[in-house]
Amino acid sequence: MNRLLTAAWDWFDARMPTVGEEFRKHASEYYAPKNFNFWYYFGALAILVLVIQIVSGIFLTMNYKPDAGLAFGSVEYIMRDVPGGWLIRYIHSTGASAFFVVVYLHMFRSMLYGSYKQPRELVWIFGVLIYLTLMGEAFFGYLLPWGQMSYWGAQVIVNLFGTIPFIGPDLAIWIRGDYVVGDATLNRFFALHVIALPLALLGLIAAHILALHDVGSNNPDGIDIKKKKDANGHPLDGLPFHPYYTVKDIAGAIVFLAVFCAILFFAPEMGGYFLEYNNFIPADPLKTPEHIAPVWYFTPYYSILRAVPPLFNSQFPGVMAMGLATMILFFLPWLDRSPVRSIRYRGVYYKSALAIFVVVFLVLGYLGVKPTTVWGQFGFDAFFLDTKDIATWVARLCTILYFAFFVLMPWYTAIDKCKPEPERVT
Amino acid sequence: MSDAKMDKTRRNLISATAAVGAAAGAGAAVPFVWSWWPSERAKAAGAPVEVDVSRMEPGELKIIEWRGKPVWVVRRTKEMLDSLKAVAAQLTDPSSSASAQPEYAKNETRAVKPEYMVMEGVCTHLGCSPQLKGVDARAEMGGDWAGGFYCPCHGSKFDYAGRVFKGAPAPLNLPVPPHTYLSEGTILIGDDKKGA
Repeated sequence: MNRLLTAAWDWFDARMPTVGEEFRKHASEYYAPKNFNFWYYFGALAILVLVIQIVSGIFLTMNYKPDAGLAFGSVEYIMRDVPGGWLIRYIHSTGASAFFVVVYLHMFRSMLYGSYKQPRELVWIFGVLIYLTLMGEAFFGYLLPWGQMSYWGAQVIVNLFGTIPFIGPDLAIWIRGDYVVGDATLNRFFALHVIALPLALLGLIAAHILALHDVGSNNPDGIDIKKKKDANGHPLDGLPFHPYYTVKDIAGAIVFLAVFCAILFFAPEMGGYFLEYNNFIPADPLKTPEHIAPVWYFTPYYSILRAVPPLFNSQFPGVMAMGLATMILFFLPWLDRSPVRSIRYRGVYYKSALAIFVVVFLVLGYLGVKPTTVWGQFGFDAFFLDTKDIATWVARLCTILYFAFFVLMPWYTAIDKCKPEPERVT
Repeated sequence: MSDAKMDKTRRNLISATAAVGAAAGAGAAVPFVWSWWPSERAKAAGAPVEVDVSRMEPGELKIIEWRGKPVWVVRRTKEMLDSLKAVAAQLTDPSSSASAQPEYAKNETRAVKPEYMVMEGVCTHLGCSPQLKGVDARAEMGGDWAGGFYCPCHGSKFDYAGRVFKGAPAPLNLPVPPHTYLSEGTILIGDDKKGA
């Protein structure tokens, strides 16, 4: 049997050697640092979630109807009547949130170990593009069930474009294909969600991985493992990705899937955070739900949007602040002027800044799911208080700190007292 | 290849071909961008609507769908009209100078006939639909609430003429759609040329 397999492979390899060459280049002879830790699971897990989303998505389209009159009913049909339909739908909705959990942790890993720094700037830029595409994918997908939250969430987001001076109102009509979010909007969002953005996502992920493999992976020490090589020219601190990290990632995948299944079977709605309760009510253009909040993964940016007061009778500054909050990520590799990559050898300034940033991001995320009155109101009146909601003022402070993390980075990373990096990984 | 050996004519032809190719590529986007504009059917569905207001109770709110948007007609009582003057100092744009309304509605009551207020029930912040909160909702709306509308999305408050209160995220008053009286008790929403 073994000899037969070997012969078959030799036959194949003689005719199409590319497959074997690429496998060696990207797996069995791709040397990854040997000191990868917990934080290095999330790239592989993101690929796993992508596969879960594509497979479950394909099967959802077999019963879903992208029609304003039929969409809500077809989702209920999937949930109640299609054999296993509820499971496939919950896999897809849980997968959406899981995707963002994994991607946020994956991005945080880069910030911990300076993985975006030279020579991995392109890896980071492709990564941010993947993140933005993923946000688009999630937004388009959220309209499809045609529930109240789908409808009003899309209404709010499309109107963000309507605030752009001069071209805004026409741009919003162009995006919707109607004067309000309607059947035309649903149909085109469906096309974007199932074809256009997944294709873009696959291309970007390929670019992300190829760019990474050209320069090699960073590691928790943030040092270059290619400086010390053995007699064969392999890094002393490197291990072939296959089988070492493929097996390690399988172990990670098992743990991840255990958690994933626990959520899938016991809390697929996650208390209204993964699937919002209002979305079990069909879309009604004449009635806005009492409280509109985006799904949890958008809420930090939503908080920033709400925090900025209108200027010159326009809501555009808030929209711009929200846009800038994501765009500024692109510049991270050039804002960071620290001589070291890893948090292990950085000084107290960067460590504090990153800690504050994490807290700020979480607070903004929390406030984004709550109404602005969640923390009550100030008991006094003052000329500068355009709103007395305490939460709005906290969100404003957090918005300033969010941007300060990036804007002040060239300064505090330059004067930070870093520790010397080791010669070899620890 | 050195410059001396470079065939200038060929190089120019390559540049010209590439430029024409790029222009064709950009041109190819036209049909796709074009297809995203509202269809003829969507435009037809945006036609004006007639409303019979003769049987409305004083203080009643009627919601009509026009272009898929909720349009409100409120038959305002004397108390409601009086409250408009009382709250003027607390408003962002009391004279509606920056807000959207036809010329004939750019007055103190923002209406052709003060008794009937016609406005789009779409918050100027991010397009949610506010809710009617009368004086009886004073407990939840705050001590000096004189009645009006409240947007549940981000807490914007409006008076009975759709004018926004200061401190709200909404920058402008609720827009007044084009409308006209076809007869004493019939309003045409979406068009202001009689008989059109």
